[in-house]
Amino acid sequence: MTSHTTPLEYKSHQSQMNILGFWVFLGAEIVLFATLFASYFVLEHNTAGGPGGGADIFVLKDVLIETFLLLTSSFTSGLAIHAMRNHDKKGLLLWMIATLLLGAGFLFMEINEFLHFIHEGATIQTSGFTAGLFTLLGTHGAHVTFGIIWISLLLVQLVRRGITEKTSSKLFIASLYWHFLDVVWIFIFTFVYLKGMVM
Amino acid sequence: MSAHTSRFPWNLLVGFVLSIALTLLAVFVTFYTDFSSSVILWIIGAFAIFQAIIQLFMFMHVTEGKEGIINVINIVNSMILALIIIFGTIWVLTSGHAAM
Repeated sequence: MTSHTTPLEYKSHQSQMNILGFWVFLGAEIVLFATLFASYFVLEHNTAGGPGGGADIFVLKDVLIETFLLLTSSFTSGLAIHAMRNHDKKGLLLWMIATLLLGAGFLFMEINEFLHFIHEGATIQTSGFTAGLFTLLGTHGAHVTFGIIWISLLLVQLVRRGITEKTSSKLFIASLYWHFLDVVWIFIFTFVYLKGMVM
Repeated sequence: MSAHTSRFPWNLLVGFVLSIALTLLAVFVTFYTDFSSSVILWIIGAFAIFQAIIQLFMFMHVTEGKEGIINVINIVNSMILALIIIFGTIWVLTSGHAAM
């Protein structure tokens, strides 16, 4: 990689170290979610007289909408970084705002889903199954919430300062975080929702 | 890398279309085929891993930068840890428990 082809967010040594450090953090996040998946898999058959597993409370249509919202938001945040590398501030801003709106749509669907679970008699205290479920989904949803706040604040900086070595590095790191949340959701979709509805 | 960035981001579009297709395919396999549950789980699990790889390489550019190889080693290491945690926990708390 010669210097004139290096993207702006990798220009300074500090930015490179920040990006590397964030990858290490994502490694720790993988382990965090692994522990939550492990507890869910161990507890999912302990329904304690409450709803008897995923098939009783999951709604495929809602889950699919959530999945497509999050998949699309991952795509738009990729487009935002593509625009950033073309020094297209407006494109970067618009695609990031699209990402935030899709993320907010996902959260709206997920909160409605939680209300549906509670309505069906599945609260976090009902059984081992619901405790594991709410903890796993809730931790992911909390990450999405944090990501929305984080990226919103970065966009304020972007509007004020433009695409600089610092703002580009910060937005690139936030996009890595957002893609990562999509990766986690893929596994939740497959091993919580689809598995819960078929087994 | 940035020499190509002015072009249309085909890798992103291909990754996005593949993710959507794999999601729909997973739903199809789960609800509209007659495989046994464990076969379905293996198939949709493979789809999930394929989708995660798409995100890592096409969206997150995991190999990018001077530390690309470190990133890959770090992520592979974390995935191995994740597998040990998940399958180790299930093994100890189900079959291990039953053996006592």
